[in-house]
Amino acid sequence: MCLAVPGKVIEVAGVTAKVDFGGASREVNVSLVEVAAGDYVAVHAGFAIEKINRDEALESIRLWKELIDKDVQVQGQGTRSQDI
Amino acid sequence: MFRFRDRELGARIFERLKSLELDIRIMHVCGTHQDTLMRFGLAPLFRDAGIEIRQGPGCPVCVTTPRELEEAILLAESGKTIAVFGDMMRVPGVSRSLEAAKAAGSDVRVVYGIDDAIALANRGKELVFMAVGFETTAPTTASAILSRPPPGFSILCCHRTIPLALKALLDMGEMQIDGFINPGHVSAITGTAVYDFISRDYGMPQVVAGFEPLDLVMGVYMLARQIRNGEAKVENEYTRVVKPEGNRRALGIMDAVFEPCHVAWRGFPVLPGTGLGLKADFEEFDARKKYEEILSGLDTHIGEPEGCCCGEVLRGLMEPDVCSLFGSECTPEHPVGPCMVSSEGGCCIAFRYGR
Ligand code: SF4
Repeated sequence: MCLAVPGKVIEVAGVTAKVDFGGASREVNVSLVEVAAGDYVAVHAGFAIEKINRDEALESIRLWKELIDKDVQVQGQGTRSQDI
Repeated sequence: MFRFRDRELGARIFERLKSLELDIRIMHVCGTHQDTLMRFGLAPLFRDAGIEIRQGPGCPVCVTTPRELEEAILLAESGKTIAVFGDMMRVPGVSRSLEAAKAAGSDVRVVYGIDDAIALANRGKELVFMAVGFETTAPTTASAILSRPPPGFSILCCHRTIPLALKALLDMGEMQIDGFINPGHVSAITGTAVYDFISRDYGMPQVVAGFEPLDLVMGVYMLARQIRNGEAKVENEYTRVVKPEGNRRALGIMDAVFEPCHVAWRGFPVLPGTGLGLKADFEEFDARKKYEEILSGLDTHIGEPEGCCCGEVLRGLMEPDVCSLFGSECTPEHPVGPCMVSSEGGCCIAFRYGR
């Protein structure tokens, strides 16, 4: 029930927006967020509950890869436990 | 949409996890996390890496109490139109479900969200919306109430909130928990700072995580790292949606409409401050006030279905398939308890993916 589906805002009119979900568009209540056309949103029970930050999405994957690389390296050098 | 199913990265993280030689038990409180865990076959991979993951009380339909369900059924049978989320329909009550009440002639409607319920009320119906859900859903109810729905509309408020429930779980102390995976979409509303006191007061590591397989794998890795390093803080894996301060606008709307109250959860006693009640200004939309007389006819004690262990499953004490009714007397076709009905219930998910 806490599932929220990502969609892209096509147009906003008052508290209602037309949102595209991979080809199918639906009306969504946007009273809980400040959005404009082009924004990505997470939609739950007919409401956009938050914006999705696209740049952050790509950035987080980059950061994770970096973190894993670093952890592997540190462990390889034998400095275990405290600093994985 | 955002490449969160990168298999190669996932495999590398599992390799890392294994090399940490862990033996830990962590808990999440979200049906959608449970679904990801089982659907993508992650649970056995985590177990191989020494990580046991239990689902806590993270299914809103499941933690709705037998009494709340009987309230809805009674109102339906008293001639009100009841609007509910689909998962609620087949939850067995004392003698029947909402679905059975509908089959017997009551007007029970399945809606996708509260706006659909208000649209029905706008057609002149005396309608009660069963408002179930955590912080993800509660602001949608609050927003709809603020928009002043028609006089025939009211809600049977069953909303509950997560942070103090985590505290209550730890206070009950029924089992060792080494860390929490916190629910991404609840946290999109609440933010991450609301969990700080749990890390501080209980030394509990926590990670807010999203719902793609890679989100969960990375979230567990961040948690394992904290546990391994002896840290206890709130980290955020789901940064593309969750901000530290949460969704301020949604929180403001919730604050305007609701105030915290004490409420029981299925399988739990009354948990202080974990419910949401309508503020006095919005009393006219409170079905419990509006229909007080009808509801006063309910028994004071309404018990759990016989033999059902949903309480233990919801407190994370028991895996669903350990229940003696699992898969025999209790199946999604013929459910005994709510955890076998809801698509977020541990029993239903275990049955579906063949644990
Ligand atoms: S398997 Fe059925 S009876 Fe057993 S705990 Fe789950 S819902 Fe209850």
